[in-house]
Amino acid sequence: MTAPRIQAQPGDEQDDDRSVPVVVATVTQGSRWRRWLVMGALFTGAVVFLFPFYYMIVASLQRSPNTSVGGAFPSLGNLTLDNYAQINASLNLWQSLLNSGIFTGGVLLGTLVFGVLGGYALAMLHFRGRGVLFSAMLLVLVVPFQLSMIPLYVLIARDYGLGDTYLGMILPFAINSTAVFIFRQYFLQLPSELFDAARIDGAGELRTLWSIALPLVRPALLTAVLLTFIGPWNEFLWPFLITKQQAKQPLAVSLANYISTVQASTVNPYGAILAGAVVLAVPAVALFLLFQRHFVSTDLGSGVKG
Amino acid sequence: MTTSATRSPVPRDHPAAQAAGGAGGGQHRTPLVTRLFGRQPIGMLLAAPYAVFIAVIFAYPIGFAVYMSFTDYYFTAPGVTVPHPFVGFDNYKTVLTDPAVLASFGHVGIFLILNVPLTVALSLGLAVALNRAIHFRTFFRAAYYVPYVTASVAVVAVWLFLFSSTGLVNQILGPLAPDPSWLVNSVWAMPMIALFVTWKQLGFFILLYLAALQNVPKELYESASVDGAGAWRSFRSVTVPGVRQATALVLLLAIVTGANLFTEPYLLTGGGGPDGASTTPVLLMYQQGIQQGKPSTASAIGVVLVILVLIVALVNRRLTERSER
Repeated sequence: MTAPRIQAQPGDEQDDDRSVPVVVATVTQGSRWRRWLVMGALFTGAVVFLFPFYYMIVASLQRSPNTSVGGAFPSLGNLTLDNYAQINASLNLWQSLLNSGIFTGGVLLGTLVFGVLGGYALAMLHFRGRGVLFSAMLLVLVVPFQLSMIPLYVLIARDYGLGDTYLGMILPFAINSTAVFIFRQYFLQLPSELFDAARIDGAGELRTLWSIALPLVRPALLTAVLLTFIGPWNEFLWPFLITKQQAKQPLAVSLANYISTVQASTVNPYGAILAGAVVLAVPAVALFLLFQRHFVSTDLGSGVKG
Repeated sequence: MTTSATRSPVPRDHPAAQAAGGAGGGQHRTPLVTRLFGRQPIGMLLAAPYAVFIAVIFAYPIGFAVYMSFTDYYFTAPGVTVPHPFVGFDNYKTVLTDPAVLASFGHVGIFLILNVPLTVALSLGLAVALNRAIHFRTFFRAAYYVPYVTASVAVVAVWLFLFSSTGLVNQILGPLAPDPSWLVNSVWAMPMIALFVTWKQLGFFILLYLAALQNVPKELYESASVDGAGAWRSFRSVTVPGVRQATALVLLLAIVTGANLFTEPYLLTGGGGPDGASTTPVLLMYQQGIQQGKPSTASAIGVVLVILVLIVALVNRRLTERSER
């Protein structure tokens, strides 16, 4: 019953198929008018969503800031990459990007190794404490991280002396519980006959996981990787608390500090800030656009259906 | 959860079950192992890292937070042990009589009052539109989702630029622009944060509603139109009840977001400004706990915050469950 659902990965195409007959069936004068209304609303929405990003790029390339309406259009005479050089000189952009990368990479590694193991065990194996662990996972998803922020700071920065270290940054995020939840949901959908067969053939659990379960849940892996990536890449509060030296700060933190402190001392503060914002935004947005076909609403839907 | 119970892959006395058990703890064939550790004890091994992670990063710190909130805790040099005297509810008394703390909870209230209706109306409207659109669906979906995947710090930078006193928005508004400008205006600061968060997260909720719309039975729309219901009428009596669970989730997530607000008041309104008009509980936790070295009061704020979140979430759940009957 669950097998076909996995074979035909739900995506755009399926959604389209579903909506087309409804619209085609009711093409009357009124509904054509309504269709224009729908498209108008959708395009207005898209402009509202995308304009700040367009404006971010345009303004990051301006030599002198131009906040007039005309400034929203790039003019050839006012274009420069100076702002990028400026922010690079103030923040050491490459070091910040490297720090973001190590932070994010550590979280991804932890989630993919231990999160997959945990998700698989929660879905497929019967062992003592499974129910408790599952409830604990749900609790982690609901209780705000901020409650444990102060004690975690005391423990990690003060007691363990992990302030200004990558390990201290990574630890609280090392296994993304949302990803564990997604893994579990996908493993549950796999037909159990496959696993029985593997076990009869004498495959151990790890081998079954590696060569049968994982290849079948590749879409879940992609979704979880994307989801896990944007978490630490965009995270501000925790690395902000735990890092004092700029040399260890991820880009989100060093840029935020730049926004709140040094902006007065530069010629075109907004140009430099926005150049930094572009550099911070591009990796996450690019990854999302590349893989957005896999970032399907069904994953969210499974949460809604409960 | 119920599916997991029905899906018992291997019968109890199946050879594979014993093989799996053997991998976990030697070649025991006695049912005692099964009784003690479950049918596949190797699961304990596989899940152990995640269980330890939850215990160390989640359970223990929360216990520690509650403990700190009842003691007079202060930072010391590493290795130095000092007594942390038990002070009962003193920290809670301090916190709950501090007008700054009460104001910050009020600000979260303002946030919710603006954010929830805006999010529900706009995301449901756009999801319904997106569900009907034939062309450019992929483009729209991607466009709406871009703010959600972008770092708050990056988009805050653009908003600072757009809404500064000489920014593009005020240039367009001309004499209609508020003075002082949006983000430094004590009336507008908190609504701007609500607007910012609504804009940033709307894409997520649009996809959530889009998924929920796929589960509304098409027959309901057909019978509604047979009964002569217009578009608005069938939207109200078929679509809105059909996506109620998604709406409940919007509410829950809005409450959690409101309780977690930090980056926005810290950066967008420059540290909860102007004059503390946009402070949030988490911002105060940071200021009091880490900047002023009073982790006890900060923990007390955190405990109060989580209790409030849980109460509101429970009430929310009760209400949505009752209206479903």
